[in-house]
Amino acid sequence: MNALAARRRHPAAIAVLLLIGLFLMGAAYSAVAPRPAEAGVVSQDDVSEGKQLFQANCASCHGLNAEGRKTGSGDAIAGPTLAGVGAAAVDFQMSTGRMPMRAPTAQAPRSDTIKFSEEDIAKISAYVASLAPGPAIPSEEMVDPTKGDPAKGGELFRVNCAMCHNSSGAGGALTRGKYAPSLMDVAPKDIYMAMETGPQSMPVFNDTNLDSTAKRDIIAFLKSVEEGGNPGGLSLGRLGPVTEGMFAWIFGLGLLVGIAVWLGKKAA
Amino acid sequence: MSTSARPADALRADDKPTQTPPSAAARKIGGVAGWVDDRTGAGKAVGYLMKKVFPDHWSFMLGEIAMYSMIIALISGAFLTLWFVPSMGHTVYEGSYVPLRGVHMSEAYASTLHISFDVRGGLIIRQIHHWAALMFIVAIVVHMFRVFFTGAFRKPREINWVIGSVLALLAIVEGFSGYSLPDDLLSGTGIRAMQGFVQTAPVIGSYLVYGIFGGPFPGEAIIPRLYSAHILLLPAVLIGLFTAHIVLVALQKHTQFPGPGRTNDNVVGFPVMPVYAAKAGGFFFIVFGVISLMAALVTINAVWAYGPYDPSPVTAGSQPDWYMGFADGALRLLPGWLEFTLAGFTFSMNIMPGALILLPLVYIVVGVYPFVERWVTGDNREHHLLDRPRNAPTRTAIGMAGISMYSVLMFAAANDIIAIKLHMSINDITHVLRAAFFILPIIVFWCTKRICLSLQRADRNLALHQRESGTIIRTPDGSFFERHDELTADERWILVQHEPVAPIEITDGVDENGVAKPASRGDKLRAKLSHFYFKDAVNPVTPAELAAAHHDGHGHEAIEAADEDDSAQLGSAVPSRDH
Ligand code: HEC
Ligand code: HEC
Ligand code: HEM
Repeated sequence: MNALAARRRHPAAIAVLLLIGLFLMGAAYSAVAPRPAEAGVVSQDDVSEGKQLFQANCASCHGLNAEGRKTGSGDAIAGPTLAGVGAAAVDFQMSTGRMPMRAPTAQAPRSDTIKFSEEDIAKISAYVASLAPGPAIPSEEMVDPTKGDPAKGGELFRVNCAMCHNSSGAGGALTRGKYAPSLMDVAPKDIYMAMETGPQSMPVFNDTNLDSTAKRDIIAFLKSVEEGGNPGGLSLGRLGPVTEGMFAWIFGLGLLVGIAVWLGKKAA
Repeated sequence: MSTSARPADALRADDKPTQTPPSAAARKIGGVAGWVDDRTGAGKAVGYLMKKVFPDHWSFMLGEIAMYSMIIALISGAFLTLWFVPSMGHTVYEGSYVPLRGVHMSEAYASTLHISFDVRGGLIIRQIHHWAALMFIVAIVVHMFRVFFTGAFRKPREINWVIGSVLALLAIVEGFSGYSLPDDLLSGTGIRAMQGFVQTAPVIGSYLVYGIFGGPFPGEAIIPRLYSAHILLLPAVLIGLFTAHIVLVALQKHTQFPGPGRTNDNVVGFPVMPVYAAKAGGFFFIVFGVISLMAALVTINAVWAYGPYDPSPVTAGSQPDWYMGFADGALRLLPGWLEFTLAGFTFSMNIMPGALILLPLVYIVVGVYPFVERWVTGDNREHHLLDRPRNAPTRTAIGMAGISMYSVLMFAAANDIIAIKLHMSINDITHVLRAAFFILPIIVFWCTKRICLSLQRADRNLALHQRESGTIIRTPDGSFFERHDELTADERWILVQHEPVAPIEITDGVDENGVAKPASRGDKLRAKLSHFYFKDAVNPVTPAELAAAHHDGHGHEAIEAADEDDSAQLGSAVPSRDH
């Protein structure tokens, strides 16, 4: 102790302290920083099995080595290159049933029939992730809506997402048949990965735009909208004035005119 | 009368014998009524109203739906004022709607949330208010359709038609001002759009905006200003005009559909007291019931879902309430390349026609139609009998064409919702609707007119040849014929009662000096339009034609209705007459 105290004023002390400080900072950062958390352990076997699955199911559009393929007519592509899209993109696209794409439409639609098991999806994800670094699949905790703040999430959602997805997540139209889908009943993990990877016309919201707490707040907001139900009664699809107007014309006017006709028929 | 001329002993000569005193019950009501009558003289007016006769047809109740919805909006609106805070002052929400707790917002929005979630019954009253507002304007529109297609706007009712058009315009302005009050993201976007629209007024636009908003957008003034318009100014004008509207209906008497015993000089129906009053009073509660049902079951304007207004975000699916849809739709259809600059000023012709011109234009066109039609047809007589829409084919077709144009614009406002719900491309929808705006009215006009003319021909046929029974009869001498069932006189009357029409011919007249004077340009235009209206008119069966047809028949049909004056008496039922 005394020895240490004696060397306190040694010219090197400051450098050593600095080093120690930097080391601690770094260690703390790596502990706290959003880590490309690998889901489970990925073995080399998974990667090679993933590659086989990929070549069997996806290569027709994405190329044998996920390098992308052209259709041959003009610049149109059958599928983009997948180097660098990360495990999250594959997991998102496959677990929402978008990939493998069924038909060349304006946009790969979400689908409820998912032909691949979770293990297969994990293997293909591992394979694509092995091609080049990219966004990883988030951990359970990162997408837990109970840990987020829905009010803050709501504000973030209105600023970043509502212009495409509608303020209550009902979805909205984009140009030429593309659309931002409804966000009701989307799994928290998929919401997170959609923001991370920006599927199709959706922009990427990486950690500098929206850090992982912000993403979790948004998830919490969307789940609170889902759970909040409809305090005012039937929601008419949460589409706002258009369906309200339709309801007034069809139901309201229809009923009132029906009654008026009936009253008119009734002799006094 | 001058009493002074009478001899003293005859002063009371004209007095009526005293009446028997009223019963005890009558005295009780009569006491209050009499007390009021003595002081206000209201008895006469009430008596007049009570004895009014109101014809019965379901379509005459459309105006009532509008009236009752307005009253319901007024009552529920008064309730909302108890809690609504028309202020853009900042506050932090601490109420019971969790997803917005701790969010910064205006007091207007916070108080709307408070009404929705923390005032007992507040949400249903808000929903009643808004549904009543929508039904109010829906009913106004269909009421207008009824008046138009039956020709009820003809002399002497043009003034009431104009009052009605103003009411319709004010109603949508009233609706818009109310829709904007809660200061949520959706309605704030509406105000923002309105600000943009006003700016497109050439030259003065930006000054107007400064005037309306009391400074740059959004400022703090707009919500309080809209509030005074919404709860004071516009309702006062609406109620005033509406009263004038109803008083005119009472003075001019209600029109009626043609029918037995109904002429241009009488009104056949039920007196207001007791039958009609009971029906109408009951109908008020029915309308209230239906609107309450809608409010209880179906959300309207879920302001909590939109979040507070903030100029940066916009939500997908931003639409105004349906009655402003046509203006929004026009904006969505107008191509962007219409904007140009001239002498340093920007002329936003890509926005202005839809945003500033269309709204008043629609109501001006509607308002002047009766005058145009009267000029074209040269018909200056009073009309108290309604047209069956088929008997005015050109008018009906014009109306339908107008409705089709309006509807195209209205549907265009929902182009994004249609795209996402029907999985179509929004670009395609917009292109199709742009074309439809010009093409559809022509198709609709033509089809409607053809349908009307065919219906008229079918009516003629029916009047002349009676109803085909489908029963084939074989006569003893072996020939066959189909028996035609006789129409009753009442049925036939409806088919033949309308007046024959023909286009006006231009005649080159002679002026006061006997010199030939060619027809003026106005006359020529009028003749052309008259031709457009009436060139292919199908006129009703004349008594002579009818007689001829019956002689051609098999001799077993009695011939009635020798001429038109006689046929007016064909009807049997003449329940009561209005004086
Ligand atoms: C029918 C052709 C087709 C098939 C088969 C197909 N894809 Fe795709 N895939 C596409 C197209 C096209 C896109 C680009 C969609 C877009 O961005 O608009 C795409 C996009 C993707 C993306 C997103 C890329 C990014 O930039 O985020 C991933 C990940 C993906 N595919 C994975 C797969 C996997 C894994 C399979 C096999 C299970 C597969 N795809 C099968 C056509 C296909
Ligand atoms: C430019 C418009 C746009 C914006 C902004 C946008 N999205 Fe999207 N989003 C899309 C489109 C388009 C898709 C459909 C992609 C597809 O089908 O592959 C999509 C898909 C999604 C999905 C997948 C839904 C499903 O059905 O599986 C989620 C979740 C999502 N977005 C969340 C968000 C969130 C959260 C934000 C804001 C941080 C956001 N989006 C911002 C356009 C947008
Ligand atoms: C004197 C009569 C009226 C009064 C006192 C009144 C009062 C109010 C008040 C205080 C609000 C704001 C509170 C809220 O939005 O919840 C409001 C909103 C509104 N008013 Fe009225 N109003 C009247 C008539 C009307 C009429 C005739 C219409 C229809 C044309 C109308 C349409 C609306 C609409 C659409 C809203 C928005 C409602 C919503 O928030 O969902 N109001 N009104």
